[in-house]
Amino acid sequence: MSTLVDIRKLHRSFGGPAVLDSIDLTMAPGEFVALLGRSGSGKSTLLRVLAGLDTAPAQKLELPVRRSVVFQEPRLLPWKSVIENVALGVRRADARTLATQALADVGLSHRVDAWPLTLSGGEAQRSALARALVREPKLLLLDEPFAALDALTRLRMHDLVFELWRKHHPAVLLVTHDVWEAVALADRILVLDQGRFIKEIRVDIDHPRRRDDPRTSRIEAELLKELGVEPLHA
Amino acid sequence: MADTSTAAPATGQAPGRRGGRKLANTAMRLASPLAIILVWQLASMTGLLSPRILAGPSEIIATAGRLVASGELITGLVVSFLRVLAGFSIALVLGILLALVSGLSRLGETIIDPPIQMLKAMPFLGLLPLFILWFGIGEAPKIGLVAFGAVFPIYLTLHGGIRGIDKKLIEAGQTLELGTFGIIRHIVIPGALPSLLVGVRYGLSVAWLSLVVGEQINASSGIGYIITYARDFLQTDVIVVCLLVYAIMGLLTDGLVRMIEAYALRWRPEVIA
Repeated sequence: MSTLVDIRKLHRSFGGPAVLDSIDLTMAPGEFVALLGRSGSGKSTLLRVLAGLDTAPAQKLELPVRRSVVFQEPRLLPWKSVIENVALGVRRADARTLATQALADVGLSHRVDAWPLTLSGGEAQRSALARALVREPKLLLLDEPFAALDALTRLRMHDLVFELWRKHHPAVLLVTHDVWEAVALADRILVLDQGRFIKEIRVDIDHPRRRDDPRTSRIEAELLKELGVEPLHA
Repeated sequence: MADTSTAAPATGQAPGRRGGRKLANTAMRLASPLAIILVWQLASMTGLLSPRILAGPSEIIATAGRLVASGELITGLVVSFLRVLAGFSIALVLGILLALVSGLSRLGETIIDPPIQMLKAMPFLGLLPLFILWFGIGEAPKIGLVAFGAVFPIYLTLHGGIRGIDKKLIEAGQTLELGTFGIIRHIVIPGALPSLLVGVRYGLSVAWLSLVVGEQINASSGIGYIITYARDFLQTDVIVVCLLVYAIMGLLTDGLVRMIEAYALRWRPEVIA
């Protein structure tokens, strides 16, 4: 199996104890990996290194050049219209056409010329997804992208992300603390704790995955236990 | 300022009724100034207020008409306006350059910011004697004083604006591979623009103030010259007309910047709404 991401002995500390303690991570092209962990487990730090926003020493750090990030907040430039935001930094003559298509893919054709501050939370986050996907990334980094959305919008966003992943097929690294989000979407789930991976689970269940499926429930329970939470119904 | 008075709260009433109420409100607010002008006029007419102290409103209006008709006022106005334009342009270019250097690099800030903060503490109108010694009594000290006064608000607001830009947006720009130049162009400058426009409005009011002071000294043209001349002949009506012209010019240039603001900041919800 070819690898898209190959990281060996990545180490990061901010003076105190290591935030990332010599971790290894490999990802195959098109693989959907979810990264779970409690606050302060180092998951955001890892994503920032992968995004190129932070540098850390590593024995090996192999990453695709084309990578995009969607953050917890949409981070749209408020002084540019939605389409200008999506087309920003796309150095191609047909940037606008591509941006229009990307916005259609996320169901925002009607908001193309809107100002970002007039969008709802879900619309803004969908624009951010369009901005990330218009660049046709090999690796899509999602940093708790739905954490700030209401529960219903979040569920709809899961479907959207899944559809987009099917269509464009980038490798995805989804950082989240929502266990169901990880189980519903990912091929593989990693649990990070105190800078080390303490658990790896492959999810070989067909999509769409149902929450009342005993197999998903079992994985959910296992992950919650790993995160130090005993589910109520266990 | 007018921002607060024009931003009427959304009461959810029918637009017609709200418009009528707004009109009544305006009329009420006008009542007191109108009453003052009326009392002033009566005092002048009855001789209670001597024209040597202050001319009456009707006299001031007549004088304004005469000064406009003779062309004196318009010529003076053009000269004064050009001084503000020249001085303010210098301040704008210099202020933006300094703020960019100081806002975009730590080294630039270390070099530029402390001396500016020191100079800012000085009462700049008090520098006039020095300006006259350095530049003589021609146009240079007047333009220089305008530029000197206006540069601080422009520098300070833009510098603050650049420093206050959301670091998260800059990170987003990095992930979009905009590069340093692209980040400055697409994120830093538009992000600091609201602050800059506040500085421009404040700087313009300082510019007109500096001009009023600068023109009182050794002017041979401009509105200030008309005032100096009128003072020697105890023409309080002419002085008031000139002060009104200063005020109107200040309001007009401020209105111009507001129009620019309304267009450049149309992405803000309060402008959209």
